[in-house]
Amino acid sequence: MPSSLPIVSQARLEVLVGDYQRVVMRRRRQSFLVLAILAVLILLAGRIGEVDLNNLVSNISNFTSYFGRIMPKLSVAHFGADVADWYWNINGWLKLLFDTILIAYLGTLIGAGGAFLISPLAAANLAPSTALRWSIKRVFEFCRTVPDLVFALMFVSAFGLGPFAGILAISIHSFGTLGKLFTEALENIDMKPVEGVRSTGGRFAEIVRFGALPQVMSTFASYTLLRFEINVRSGSVVGMVGAGGIGQDLFVAIRKFYYTDVSAILLMIIVCVAVIDLVTERVRHRLSGQEVRP
Amino acid sequence: MSPRPAMRPDEATAVLARHRDLFDESLRARALALGGPLGLFGFTIFAIWWLEMPLAQIWQGLASLAKFVALMFPPSTGGHLDLLLKAMGETLAIALLGTLIATVIAFPVSFLAARNTTPHAAIRFVVRRCLDVIRSVDALIWALVFVGVVGLGPFAGILAIAVSDTGALGKLFSEAIESADERTRESVLASGGTGFLAVRFGLLPQVLPIIAGQVLYFIESNVRSATIIGIVGAGGIGLQLSEQIRTYDFDQVAFAVIMILITVAAIDWISGKLRFAIIGRRAVA
Repeated sequence: MPSSLPIVSQARLEVLVGDYQRVVMRRRRQSFLVLAILAVLILLAGRIGEVDLNNLVSNISNFTSYFGRIMPKLSVAHFGADVADWYWNINGWLKLLFDTILIAYLGTLIGAGGAFLISPLAAANLAPSTALRWSIKRVFEFCRTVPDLVFALMFVSAFGLGPFAGILAISIHSFGTLGKLFTEALENIDMKPVEGVRSTGGRFAEIVRFGALPQVMSTFASYTLLRFEINVRSGSVVGMVGAGGIGQDLFVAIRKFYYTDVSAILLMIIVCVAVIDLVTERVRHRLSGQEVRP
Repeated sequence: MSPRPAMRPDEATAVLARHRDLFDESLRARALALGGPLGLFGFTIFAIWWLEMPLAQIWQGLASLAKFVALMFPPSTGGHLDLLLKAMGETLAIALLGTLIATVIAFPVSFLAARNTTPHAAIRFVVRRCLDVIRSVDALIWALVFVGVVGLGPFAGILAIAVSDTGALGKLFSEAIESADERTRESVLASGGTGFLAVRFGLLPQVLPIIAGQVLYFIESNVRSATIIGIVGAGGIGLQLSEQIRTYDFDQVAFAVIMILITVAAIDWISGKLRFAIIGRRAVA
């Protein structure tokens, strides 16, 4: 077969193959090292974490039968009556679920509002003071690292049982995460409009309002919606420590083995989260469609 | 350059008439811009009314909160530093093992859930919905269930994190597979490779770095979630934290929180370095 490619000489070929094998060997050694470290870490974590596979194997039937037990007894013959029996407390649960959504709504709103106001002071390209910027970043970090349930527990002690503690806990956590995300969005903006406003003598507030915000508003809104979705989920657990919402009833149902109640409440939460997911995803897609940034 | 002649009033009217729709659009946008915040505000008022907020108790609550914060200083170990350290170690072990188990389960499942590798669209649909359902149940609820299955202790926490993250990781992995470049796979197939070889040499090299980055990120965020599942008895520092808050030992709460902050910062730093080494700076940002 005629070919325009030159034939590689045997000696040259050996050099090339040798080089190739050396590179492959080096990569293999590296992967082996990584795997070895990982294996040691897994063994160590297994010891500390009291992993007991025998326990799991002997009790896994508990887990699978759990799902059998929480299934409601529905029959075709009296389907309506069975469903009514399963959802015997539908009005109470619907109210609690609505409470949960409102807790998530207020928590998101307060957290996003706070993050919106503070984040320009924390963005490297806008911040008027480095010391202030550094301390705000630490505050964001603190708010998102301390788990929201810990805040919820403390607020329940301070403000008493009820949704107020849950709203505060969720809003502090949202403030931390959204603050970080908003700051990063602000740090990625196009600086030309900012310089334009600055060159005409704008002060900090005007620079942020007319130079930076128009570029990031849709991103902010999209992050906030995403956070709302997440907060509906966490709103369903803050009730476990008495901070309002449907978590309280779910906790009681699981702990006291009211099996069909567990499935009824879980199904409601899942459907609710799925609907909110769908709606906010639509809105977020529309928002990201009208990005003004190039 | 000659100066542009000023626009005569009748011309201005003509221009306005020609571009009427532009102005009308902006009016509509203005109405939306006004109506949106008003709607939010109205709903907020409604929510406050509906939830029957104890507005009168807020001052009293703030006062007791200030008392709690005052009690936090100076932070103290309460004499059981070893217990706290052990609990922190448990938390780390839960996060690491939970995420790894979730990865091992989610990786093969994600091929079924990705559009370009699934054997059938119906399978993809079913797998996706299952992942969604798993994801919408919080890790804490899974922890409660697993405490009932394997008893109190960190093992229940590991299983809870593993199950709840399988949902999230499966979704992320399948999205990574879907966004991979098809051409490398096609070239393996074109040179006579089997479907398996096409995935091994055409797809995996593209998705593995992305997956590794996501797994690292999840280990990081699971250190945070593993601190709370102890509240229901599933191991880790959450148990100590909730006990101390309930018994008003706020100096010990402060110590535990500081410990969590330092640990999370350290893990963030390490995993940031590792992610940088795996996928490079661009992909991290």
